[in-house]
Amino acid sequence: MATPTMDKVAADDAAAASHLITVTFRIRRFNPEVSAEATWEDFQLEIDPKERVLDGLHKIKWELDGSLTFRRSCAHGICGSDAMRINGKNRLACKTLIKDINPAKPITVEPIKGLTVLKDLVVDMEPFFQAYRDVMPFLVTTGNEPTRERLQSAEDRERFDDTTKCILCAACTSSCPVFWNDGQYFGPAAIVNAHRFIFDSRDEAGEQRLEILNDKDGVWRCRTTFNCTDACPRGIEVTKAIQEVKRALITRRY
Amino acid sequence: MKIHKYDTVIVGAGGAGMRAAIEATKRSRTAVLTKLYPTRSHTGAAQGGMAAALANVEEDNWEWHTFDTIKGGDYLVDQDAAEILAKEAIDAVLDLEKMGLPFNRTPDGTIDQRRFGGHSRNHGEAPVRRSCYAADRTGHMILQTLYQNCVKEGVEFFNEFYVLDQLITEVDGVKKSAGVVAYELATGEIHVFQAKAVIYASGGTGKFFKVTSNAHTLTGDGQAACYRRGLPLEDMEFFQFHPTGIWRMGILLTEGARGEGGILRNKDGERFMEKYAPVMKDLASRDVVSRSIYTEIREGRGCGPEGDHVYLDLTHLPPEQLDAKLPDITEFARTYLGIEPYTDPIPIQPTAHYAMGGIPTNVQGEVLADNTTVVPGLYAAGEVACVSVHGANRLGTNSLLDINVFGKRAGIAAAEYSATADYVELPENPASFVQEQVERLRNSTGSERVSVLRKELQETMDANVMVFRTEQTIKTAVEKIAELRERYQNVSVQDKGKRFNTDLLEAIELGNLLDLAEVMAVSALARKESRGGHYREDYPNRDDVNFMRHTMAYREVADDGKDSIRLDYKPVVQTRYQPMERKY
Repeated sequence: MATPTMDKVAADDAAAASHLITVTFRIRRFNPEVSAEATWEDFQLEIDPKERVLDGLHKIKWELDGSLTFRRSCAHGICGSDAMRINGKNRLACKTLIKDINPAKPITVEPIKGLTVLKDLVVDMEPFFQAYRDVMPFLVTTGNEPTRERLQSAEDRERFDDTTKCILCAACTSSCPVFWNDGQYFGPAAIVNAHRFIFDSRDEAGEQRLEILNDKDGVWRCRTTFNCTDACPRGIEVTKAIQEVKRALITRRY
Repeated sequence: MKIHKYDTVIVGAGGAGMRAAIEATKRSRTAVLTKLYPTRSHTGAAQGGMAAALANVEEDNWEWHTFDTIKGGDYLVDQDAAEILAKEAIDAVLDLEKMGLPFNRTPDGTIDQRRFGGHSRNHGEAPVRRSCYAADRTGHMILQTLYQNCVKEGVEFFNEFYVLDQLITEVDGVKKSAGVVAYELATGEIHVFQAKAVIYASGGTGKFFKVTSNAHTLTGDGQAACYRRGLPLEDMEFFQFHPTGIWRMGILLTEGARGEGGILRNKDGERFMEKYAPVMKDLASRDVVSRSIYTEIREGRGCGPEGDHVYLDLTHLPPEQLDAKLPDITEFARTYLGIEPYTDPIPIQPTAHYAMGGIPTNVQGEVLADNTTVVPGLYAAGEVACVSVHGANRLGTNSLLDINVFGKRAGIAAAEYSATADYVELPENPASFVQEQVERLRNSTGSERVSVLRKELQETMDANVMVFRTEQTIKTAVEKIAELRERYQNVSVQDKGKRFNTDLLEAIELGNLLDLAEVMAVSALARKESRGGHYREDYPNRDDVNFMRHTMAYREVADDGKDSIRLDYKPVVQTRYQPMERKY
């Protein structure tokens, strides 16, 4: 006999169909192979409001227009592929349920801002990752390696816990007005990843990272608008982390 | 078409690929080709931990870990490989800590450890704390730490390069790896990478199931590329169904939830695992727990109006413990189900999770062309490979371990090989297969749609070759897959462009899934016994006389171009552990 849940799929589908709603997705389309201009395109679909915006995008791609292009992988908020601007706010399409964003009105979906759009919702991530690489995002230690693990108290481990959660989705950086106006700014995500090491008791390159962030394109560009904290799908207190780096630069204590 | 030359090429940038890259880059000119940005890989979705007998919190040793791995794999594990896995686990964890991985800590400041399914003290006496973890995001931390160290080592990545073909050249009667062919997503351009050594680390195949914890991108690309070129696939009938996926969605809820004290309950609130596994209870091996859940459901004790799921109950655990140890999975329950795990149980069902089978390798990561012959210059590690350390059922926390131990081994072995080997001459028109494949799909005017075929494939796999199988259900799947492969010839894509054509890539991925689903079903049909993740209701017992052997599936092409699968078998390596009845 088949796996039992599957016997009920038909019944489930019928039950699910009863609470489908009609939603309009208004998507920013751009394909330089077709036109130099970006345009808005509307798609109407029947969808369960408990489904994700990503499910809606897949429904469009799989049933209506195969050329709709976006990145995605894990579909549950861990891989960081599908950050996009949904109803004017940066979110992960796979962590945003339709019912939570007023499906009575058209749902607008645009690429994240401040990075070059390559096609539809796909942007050039290279400048973002370059800023990340520039802050020395790796543990630096000197002296002989211990034979066993380095010891770290639970309190010292907790000190940088929040910033270890970053999935490099760019929702924060691409929500930052300073970054929109000047792509040279490191941006919140790079600072978050510097913070993760500056405040790690095992690391010995805090000074170097602070000097990098003391640069004219570093932390002092932050205007504390809190867009980044609002945008973070992992709930990282991004602005607070940036403030802590600023304070460490002034006091040289971390 | 562009041609590149590297000593070592690594296909895939998840845990195994990046662990290999860190070693290979130090020793040889290395390129990593990856269809996703490295930090997007599904290693990042692993939650509960990485096993190693550090004995930081209680007595433990690698021999007990070896035994648990072999028993967990229902004795289909190659015991020499399991011993290497368990022994090298300790350094693998310490390596990661030294690279910066922020493990949870004990009050003494050492790496903290917790219980996990199938891991026991002294050969099954009681659960043991062996899983080294970072909250419920251990995979995320491993992926980030490895990427950070790739940045530190200056690893060269080709991001969004999709490997579509493995190049093999016969030299003096020996098949050797010559390189790979890749498709650049951004431009549609085809690249040939000539390499002395190639390492596949491209992950699993879970997307041929509907309810799965796997990412959309886990489509068996590496397995399919090698299989198409005549290399065997080992033990593909063994697939793991993780007991606790979010009901209907399949999103993983870590076994660490039960390691922290979570309990599975049926509609009567009964802790049903006590019946099926009196000692290990909710922490029995995954195949046992998944079958127990479905037994409860089939016997009418499932939850909900359809009776089609059970509950993972965390409500008796202190909220502080959930916040500290299981923050991500409790957030998943809130986000996707609207459930508060402090006060309400979480509806779950088994979810297709992990391929135990894959490209056969020896313990150095060298790919096998048959039961004994290696393919010079070709390596594989991680879920794409079958060493076999997981046998018929992988233990939780042994996959994050596998990618680190065998990723490192393959990286070193490949780089050492490429230091002395010469380039193998590329076949004539090396890109021709990929060019034809891409052009045919792009120009096809056929009436079949990728999404329709994929959905039918996933539904037939869920219905027929999941937790319970019979000759009849497997035959139904074999016939359906044959029909879908036929219809696939008539598939077309809407996006005809070159730039970021993900429509085209989904069509190619579907072709890979169909090939591999067929191998899985045909291998499952021939294995007339029940072992680990492969459970045949018509043959409910393990049959060591006839089936204590690995399946080796080969693609054969007839003169008329039609392909078929030939099955052969390979002996299991047994060292010190005699097969026993498996009880938890």
